[in-house]
Amino acid sequence: MRFIPALVLAGAALLSWAGVASAQEVVESLRGNNPITATSRTDNMFRPEKDQDLIPRNFQKQPPLIPHSIKGYNITQNFNKCMDCHSKERAEETGATKVAKSHYLDREDKKLTNISPRRYFCLQCHVPQFDAKPLVENTYKPAAKKGE
Amino acid sequence: MKLNRRDFIKANAAAAAMSVAGLPATSAVAAGKDDIRWDKAACRFCGTGCGVLVGTQDGRVVATQGDPDAPVNRGLNCIKGYFLSKIMYGADRVKTPMLRMKNGKYDKEGDFTPISWTQAFDIMEAQVRDALKKKGPAGIAMFGSGQWTIWEGYAAAKLMKAGFRSNNIDPNARHCMASAVAGFMRTFGIDEPAGCYDDIEHADAFVLWGSNMAEMHPILWTRITDRKLSSKHVKVAVLSTFEHRSYELADIPMIFTPQTDLAILNFICNYIIQKGKVNQEFVSKHVNFKKSATDIGYGLRPNNELEKKATSNGYPGDDGKPKGDPGKSEPITFDEFKQFVSEYTVEKVSKLSGVPTKDLIALAELYADPKIKVTSYWTMGFNQHTRGTWVNNMIYNVHLLVGKISEPGNSPFSLTGQPSACGTAREVGTFSHRLPADMVVTNPEHRKHTEELWGLPEGTIPEKPGLHAVAMARALKDGKVNFYWQQCNNNLQAGPNINQELYPGWRNPETFVVISDPYPTLSASYADLVLPTAMWVEKEGAYGNAERRTQFWRQQVKAPGESRSDMWQVMEFSKRFKVEEVWPAELLAKAPKLKGKTLYQVLYANGVADKYKVSEVAPGFDNDESKYFGFYVQKGLFEEYAQFGRGHGHDLAPFETYHKARGLRWPVVDGKETLWRFREGYDPYVKKGEGVAFYGHKDRKAVIFALPYQQPAEMPDKEFDMWLCTGRVLEHWHTGTMTRRVPELYKAFPDAVVFMHPDDAKARGLQRGMECKVTSRRGEVVLRVETRGRNKPPRGLVFIPFFDAGRLANKLTLDATCPISKETDYKKCAVKVTKV
Repeated sequence: MRFIPALVLAGAALLSWAGVASAQEVVESLRGNNPITATSRTDNMFRPEKDQDLIPRNFQKQPPLIPHSIKGYNITQNFNKCMDCHSKERAEETGATKVAKSHYLDREDKKLTNISPRRYFCLQCHVPQFDAKPLVENTYKPAAKKGE
Repeated sequence: MKLNRRDFIKANAAAAAMSVAGLPATSAVAAGKDDIRWDKAACRFCGTGCGVLVGTQDGRVVATQGDPDAPVNRGLNCIKGYFLSKIMYGADRVKTPMLRMKNGKYDKEGDFTPISWTQAFDIMEAQVRDALKKKGPAGIAMFGSGQWTIWEGYAAAKLMKAGFRSNNIDPNARHCMASAVAGFMRTFGIDEPAGCYDDIEHADAFVLWGSNMAEMHPILWTRITDRKLSSKHVKVAVLSTFEHRSYELADIPMIFTPQTDLAILNFICNYIIQKGKVNQEFVSKHVNFKKSATDIGYGLRPNNELEKKATSNGYPGDDGKPKGDPGKSEPITFDEFKQFVSEYTVEKVSKLSGVPTKDLIALAELYADPKIKVTSYWTMGFNQHTRGTWVNNMIYNVHLLVGKISEPGNSPFSLTGQPSACGTAREVGTFSHRLPADMVVTNPEHRKHTEELWGLPEGTIPEKPGLHAVAMARALKDGKVNFYWQQCNNNLQAGPNINQELYPGWRNPETFVVISDPYPTLSASYADLVLPTAMWVEKEGAYGNAERRTQFWRQQVKAPGESRSDMWQVMEFSKRFKVEEVWPAELLAKAPKLKGKTLYQVLYANGVADKYKVSEVAPGFDNDESKYFGFYVQKGLFEEYAQFGRGHGHDLAPFETYHKARGLRWPVVDGKETLWRFREGYDPYVKKGEGVAFYGHKDRKAVIFALPYQQPAEMPDKEFDMWLCTGRVLEHWHTGTMTRRVPELYKAFPDAVVFMHPDDAKARGLQRGMECKVTSRRGEVVLRVETRGRNKPPRGLVFIPFFDAGRLANKLTLDATCPISKETDYKKCAVKVTKV
């Protein structure tokens, strides 16, 4: 199985934060050690992450992140490029993640045949990732399965 | 690749089912089979006020999700809201008070050193006493937030206005919606919108004025999208100075030259009048007409040429007397108003604004056609405007002329940026001129009423308004304020003109700067004392959203290390002062029984706010402040505060009700919330037979103001040849303190870029992804060019978001404000863009 638990990822990421000073001894903002009066740093040429398999979710209701480039994808009133692959009709064939059942319910939880208009603009909840290294570690941990 | 993906999905489906624990229950509290406790809360971010369910396990938040039972969002969240579970877990939480020290003593040039709370309060006490001795109550100041919970704002306002007798308390909400407040007070005499979010499901047309709801109020945008795509007749018009994501839904997309929204609004009024579409009955019964002072300046420092010239900016003139009053107005007739707007013809306004005449007419028709129910939305495009109060008044002009207000779907609706801009900053009255329930310090009756409810002698609250946000920053720089305490915001990054005003103020040797924050923000890193602060569900809280909905949550987890809530900090610090040490003897003589008491005893343990027992806290939940102080603090402060509004149009329900309900929209009268104010049948304050009553004004009428188009304080010229507009992006909240510590959000939009037109880039030898330097008269920022992103500026305008501490957009901005509301215009100044 190629599923990588989020914890392992967090652990791996930790190593890459070596060098970030412990917060308890300094008060360093996300500007880093670059003084407010200095010019901005320019080591920030980030690119979209390479297409990859699914990015594991932290918890069940987390909207999956977009693991591929969306360059040139358009969503207009009449056309939704994402649904070309992700709609329930197309997902099997394209291998894309099928849009969840919740996305075919209206505000009153009534079933719809097409994607709910309230879920129409995908990027409000699903976002792609750049290859930037996180600025600080996040110590969030997903729920533990009790009794295991 | 495709094959891999498909295989992977199957595997992952199984894995996800195993790894993700606990199905949420929709009831308020339920422990799932995996020992996850689910409980409701309000989202920590914008003014929409979405309901969320928070899942905790072993004392930590492990998951969040949209609350399916919350009427605002019905189970949806935006990308920020979905990641709430991670905002408290950035590894660099401040866990102990930190003071700049050298040789074991406080030193402004010293290094941050961990100290105890006792030591922190010792130095704060010494600094306050010193400032009071040197300058009196005017020498201390507090800068708070529209992200304070209701009781945090209330506790802070009491400490400053009654305890220290200083009105130098203002929220960052001054930067956000002070113009909306001033607009409401002038037009209606009462704050906050008549309508509510239910307007969305009733409207036939939506007009966005300087609001990018698709990114800044995403869940309201889902409701508008739902309405628009499921009802084919519904039209959406979007106005802005650059194209953004909300244009994806626009039938009438319009880009206008900055500041010409004033002219467009006058054109619409002129069109309505010329086409005979004025709702005569409504106007004659419910509306007065006024004209207003016009040469009001730009809220700049008095030595600025623009202020020297202005005749009605209220600044001291050569004779020392104030030059006019920017808020002054006098009655006129309908015919005078008609004459006033008649010069705003479609041709003239099209030329001025750059909007084609056909679009202007189509827009005006949405308002003029009596069959179309129209809802207008605006946020920072209107509010952050050197004529912000006017432009708020002017959108009401349009709705009032046609009577399209206070009924389902017909709604001029001022959106708020912050989660409790309404609930805390406005309703509690944490502005330097305000008191609870729309009262003001300048009104002797309001002061008297407040003093009575607070059990204080007459004359406790000073009558002079204190320093507003921009004035406070200037006072720090000028050494007029020597003790500055900032809670729940990051003004060194979010305030205007960092280089010339904010940073020199922070580092002024005469100023002691205290920052209460969960994280080391830019504000904290240049402060003298940093206080570790509990955030969001680490404390019991309450927020009030843009539709007057008050929402509560319980403390879900404990704050890390020595962190304490803002409320605890304020209340505990108040124990350091005896009333006779901070009040003049003649005031204390009016209330001898207060003698010998501490401010804590006078303001909080006062027999009213300390009435409720700790045992009333819901079983199974922590409430660290109540446990510490020995009474149910949140309930006591809330019930004391609620007395201000009950029976006065701002009725709040009993405390316990809010722990059960998914929020209620005030006024809550006889257990019923109010969806549309000012209209009979919806609003209990409108008398039988009255139909409509704008009861904020004594004559129960609203006001239409005659106001002109005027140029902004700074415009592009030969050298600084482009407009700069600043703002937010979907993935980040304000200065990124929380969202940039969530890896998924950071990686979605890592650093700020400058959005510009590809031809503007090309003309400067720039391409997408290259570094460039953006320079204004006040500073410069180096960042990368974006020509293909979500924002598509027209030629001559650039947009930079302000979330990035590494690339500070506010080094460029100008501290010009609306002279009435004192809110900064972050949307217009002049810059040049060059190759690095």
